[in-house]
Amino acid sequence: MSSETKQILTTDGIPLEVSLKKAEKKNKIKAFLLVAPLLLFLVITYVFPIGEMFSRSIDDKMITNMLPKTFKEMETWDGKELPPEEVFAGFYYDYKALVEKQEHGKLGQRLNKEKNGFNSTTKRLFRNIKRKKIDESVSIKEQMIKVHPNWNKVEYWQAIKRTAPPYTLAKYLKGMDMYYAPDGSVAQVDEDRRIHRILWLRTLEIAFFVTLFCFLMGYPIAHLLATLPMKYSNLLMICVLLPFWTSLLVRTASWMILLQQQGIVNDFFVMIGLVADDSRPEMMYNKVGTYVAMTQILLPFMVLPLYSVMKTISPSLMRAGKSLGGTPFVAFWKVYFPLTIPGIGAGCLLVFILAIGYYITPALVGGASGTLISNQIAFHMKQTLDWSFASAMGLMLLSGVLVIYWIYNKLVGVDNIKLG
Amino acid sequence: MALPSYTETRYRIWHYIYLSICAFVFFFLIAPLFVIFPLSFNAEEFLVFSEGMKNLDPDAFSLRWYKDMIYGTKNPWGLAAKNSFIIAIFATIGSIILGTLAALGLSSRHMPYKGIIMATLISPMIVPLIISGVAIFFFMAKVGLAATHTGIVLAHIILGTPFVVITVTATLSGFDHSVTRAAASLGSNPVNTFMKITLPLILPGVISGGLFAFVTSFDEVVVVLFLAGLENTTIPVQMWTGLREQLSPTILAVATCLIILSTLILVTAELLRRRSERLRGINR
Repeated sequence: MSSETKQILTTDGIPLEVSLKKAEKKNKIKAFLLVAPLLLFLVITYVFPIGEMFSRSIDDKMITNMLPKTFKEMETWDGKELPPEEVFAGFYYDYKALVEKQEHGKLGQRLNKEKNGFNSTTKRLFRNIKRKKIDESVSIKEQMIKVHPNWNKVEYWQAIKRTAPPYTLAKYLKGMDMYYAPDGSVAQVDEDRRIHRILWLRTLEIAFFVTLFCFLMGYPIAHLLATLPMKYSNLLMICVLLPFWTSLLVRTASWMILLQQQGIVNDFFVMIGLVADDSRPEMMYNKVGTYVAMTQILLPFMVLPLYSVMKTISPSLMRAGKSLGGTPFVAFWKVYFPLTIPGIGAGCLLVFILAIGYYITPALVGGASGTLISNQIAFHMKQTLDWSFASAMGLMLLSGVLVIYWIYNKLVGVDNIKLG
Repeated sequence: MALPSYTETRYRIWHYIYLSICAFVFFFLIAPLFVIFPLSFNAEEFLVFSEGMKNLDPDAFSLRWYKDMIYGTKNPWGLAAKNSFIIAIFATIGSIILGTLAALGLSSRHMPYKGIIMATLISPMIVPLIISGVAIFFFMAKVGLAATHTGIVLAHIILGTPFVVITVTATLSGFDHSVTRAAASLGSNPVNTFMKITLPLILPGVISGGLFAFVTSFDEVVVVLFLAGLENTTIPVQMWTGLREQLSPTILAVATCLIILSTLILVTAELLRRRSERLRGINR
């Protein structure tokens, strides 16, 4: 075959195969050039900054840069006994340089996080340096121990050595309520202070139940929309699409009005005698509010994929199932339901992904018991300004979302996302 | 949906249970939006229906909160609205241009690494907004665009393009490429072909993607909260602040305007979708 094709020449006298390959390559470049502007834009403004979040989250260069001489001398120290004179001298000169730059306070605070007592230990050294009480011509080691007995304890020097590497996973451990113990092993924080683990579990729990509620509520109406005649279903579709297009904050505001203690939902409960007028339940600023509002807000994202799958299922299949002797339930369960599984997968994954990273609604109606991990990230970005910790938690959340996204891509394909 | 006359009683009951569940869900979806309407005309300051309102007393209703929204001095709704529209319009234009070009490239069967590139382009839609917000904030702070309109517009282009890419790719999936080849064989250059042949055919997809981008930008609050200074406040940011501090009826007046806006957008999007289906010859 190849010998024959080689005979075919284009009008320019070039073999057809070569000419076609050239054209193919040209088309490839053309297609890529069309995508390139957006791709480049996203890589610069979005993908790289996410990478920067990563380098920020593991960055621990502060002490490494503050104590260069100390760490150089420490390279030969085995870390089991009190370090030799050179290490003391290295630390002394590093610290003296910091005092001149007025950065000694930062070092003390940072080291104090590593081991309690460092703040006072370094402060006393600072005062002695200020008063020029340390004689640099004799042993610095002995003088430092005289200044504060802590310098005679090997644990303090071990703590300094632990801060030597320019990178650390400490922020990630903190996100999981763990920390580096003094001996360098990973330890758990006390049981009553494990706030982050509670938040992760609560985020998963709320995302899971919101997805479940959306599925239970979305499936029947998607089915109704798909089986009703067009003129009715178009009208009902508005009920799904109008909330979908309406501002998130507007919908959250309406839930805040409905769920307040003097609100309409509570009025209704009192009216039908479910609760007494003087003991109206608190439905906002807790988990209930988060569940109700998030379910309503995310429901369209469940209905639309389900609807687009159900629309393609021929009604004659159900009739065939029934005519072959199945009861309506059997026909539904064995024929209809399996055909809708792609839609269920798409809808559930989409709702779960959206729910797990939700921020606005939980922040407004969630109160203390209804907040999610996103709220914690925002808190550290805006209040404590611990950006590296916020980055670390953001990336932990992101890795979870990307796993689901990957599954979604495998099962549904991102180019099959249906909008409206 | 009438049931056949031979349906057994228990299935009849099931059917009515099913219909009432559906009715409840539709009510659950749409009813909250309608609470805002009457309360925004409340003459009083409380966010509950007053006795007068329940009795349809005309004195219980007023336009006071709408006046406050427009003329009120301490509510910078005017500035916020102006900013919101400017940012959303520029973000939409940017998203449409970048997104449509990318979708044209992605729909070509010659496109290399289609899967991974598509996944990257869609990712801003999937990645939780709070993470996008942090990442974009770091970038904008580094290049000195934090607290500027330009920075927010760029951020919203990032968030808006996935919608344009998705809708335009979907429109192009039913696109008959022989028409562009026909144009080329008749001597039209590629730009001319695009403007005269391709664009009119994919226009519904482009516009509906643009609507998504517009709404995304207009409704976006998480990223703006990171980026905006006092000068760049937008309607959602004002609403967010208002909802956090004190739920005033003025917010409900704004919310009513937003619901009307979203209804208009919904109608436009729906008309476009039908037109697109008609143009592409999909009969339902």
